[in-house]
Amino acid sequence: MASRSAQRAGDVAWARTPKVNGELFALTYGAMVKRLVEDYTEIDEVNEQLEKMGYNIGIRLVDEFLAKAGLPPCQGFQETAEVIAKVAFRMFLGVAADVTSWNSEATAFSLLLADNPLAEFVELPRQYKTLCYSNVLCGVVRGALEMVSEEMRSLGLG
Amino acid sequence: RRRADMFVIVGRSEPLYELELSGGSGASASGNLDQFIIHSALDMVDTALLQHTSLFLRTVDSFGEKFVSAYVTPSHVKFMLLHERNKNEDTIKAFFQEVQELFVKITLNPFYTYDTAITSKGFDDRVRALANRYLA
Repeated sequence: MASRSAQRAGDVAWARTPKVNGELFALTYGAMVKRLVEDYTEIDEVNEQLEKMGYNIGIRLVDEFLAKAGLPPCQGFQETAEVIAKVAFRMFLGVAADVTSWNSEATAFSLLLADNPLAEFVELPRQYKTLCYSNVLCGVVRGALEMVSEEMRSLGLG
Repeated sequence: RRRADMFVIVGRSEPLYELELSGGSGASASGNLDQFIIHSALDMVDTALLQHTSLFLRTVDSFGEKFVSAYVTPSHVKFMLLHERNKNEDTIKAFFQEVQELFVKITLNPFYTYDTAITSKGFDDRVRALANRYLA
């Protein structure tokens, strides 16, 4: 099945990439989010900034991904979704995501991260309830897809 | 006799966390006394720190029938336990060590400012569970 071969490609790509300490990664990201929260008064602005950062990462990351993963072009949006979830996420984040909740026109889907390395030690205080902590990931996906000329919108849900 | 145990985490300048382990309602007068005992034992902790090489300071003070055991983290946050009679020291030490693991996780939360009160309900629930397991 497409999903299983995507999974295998993801595992291979992950094995090949250089690794960084997960705690350092989580703490760095956390420090950055905390800084943003302190600098911007509105949580929505923080979400927007995180998304913009992600976008800047995504437009560059997609070339690296296509070079390293060595996959053929995707045959359709559904295959694109699987590749993002199982190969790209696995390769750069270390954990594969699940593709769920397709809409009826097959133009929208959800990416579910069972285990989010970005939010390793995080407990959101009540006043930051609307913060999309991992919104940078939404931006990365948007930037990456835009570079391969797929316009998209994402609704981050932290 | 009612067991009026109390566990306090003390930071550089103020208590960060308090847990009363007495089942039900101890008289509130004795509640204040417990806090007083723990805070006056803080000086004893500083003295004991100079003598001990390890983190677990055992019993640093006693007041009537109550004993205060202490444990200091490498960052000088003090865990103080007020208890009625000499419990097994290894049990107390194990309790302190497990709480320290929870404490470290709290400090790793980017939204937690160091040396401030710990308000996480998850932390509270887990410390209560540990207290029930080790100290009940």
